[in-house]
Amino acid sequence: MQLLLDAISWICLLSGGFFVVAGGIGLLRFPDFFTRLHAASVTDTLGTGLILLGLMLQSGFSQASVKLILILVFLFFSSPTAAHALAKAALHGKLVPFVKR
Amino acid sequence: MKHAFSLFAVLAGLWILLSGEFQTLLLVLGVISAAGVCWLALRMDAKDGEYPVVNVRLLRLGRYWLWLIKEIVKANINVTREILRPELRLSPSIFRVPADGLSELGQVTYANSITLTPGTVSINIKDRHIEVHALIQPAADDLQRGEMVRRLRRLEPN
Repeated sequence: MQLLLDAISWICLLSGGFFVVAGGIGLLRFPDFFTRLHAASVTDTLGTGLILLGLMLQSGFSQASVKLILILVFLFFSSPTAAHALAKAALHGKLVPFVKR
Repeated sequence: MKHAFSLFAVLAGLWILLSGEFQTLLLVLGVISAAGVCWLALRMDAKDGEYPVVNVRLLRLGRYWLWLIKEIVKANINVTREILRPELRLSPSIFRVPADGLSELGQVTYANSITLTPGTVSINIKDRHIEVHALIQPAADDLQRGEMVRRLRRLEPN
């Protein structure tokens, strides 16, 4: 049982790490500000989500898990707000999005 | 005033949950800081007016979140595939989606859900429409099909 939990937890941690790195690569590769915003949101959602889930499986039913859940909840409310603020500020600053027709 | 009391209860509960300690000193400090935050919130209410009443159907909200998590995972896989493609094939676009039939809170939830899903970012809310920047065509098509806003309309109280 412990072995199974450990295995699932490690799968979550490793795939979470993979998505964080993928978001970073996208941040470097994408052509303009708005497209980069999309790459960053991969890191924000699935990357951190999977890492936190993996950590929760490690700590089991404990106070640490409650804190991890709270981190996840706050992140899921604050990161889109921040992304929206950035996008709106960029638009307000007359940054023209690169759009393919 | 009623809202200050419920805020105090939530803050005190959160303090105990996060500290996990029951020494007198720590509990007293918790009561002081919770009361301080309530005092600040009351002062801000005097400026901002009434606190908005959050009235949602919890069970349906839970179902919506489950659906949203599923969509987020799918969208993440799509965007990651675009990132790792040897040659970039992006088709960024900007378009507007209608947000009618939603309360103010509903519109905020809609815009937040759009941004939370990789591949689409909400950049503006203007006269009951949300302006969206999409990274790839499938993500734009998904949103324009309107599944998300239909599910959000079902959350509206009344």
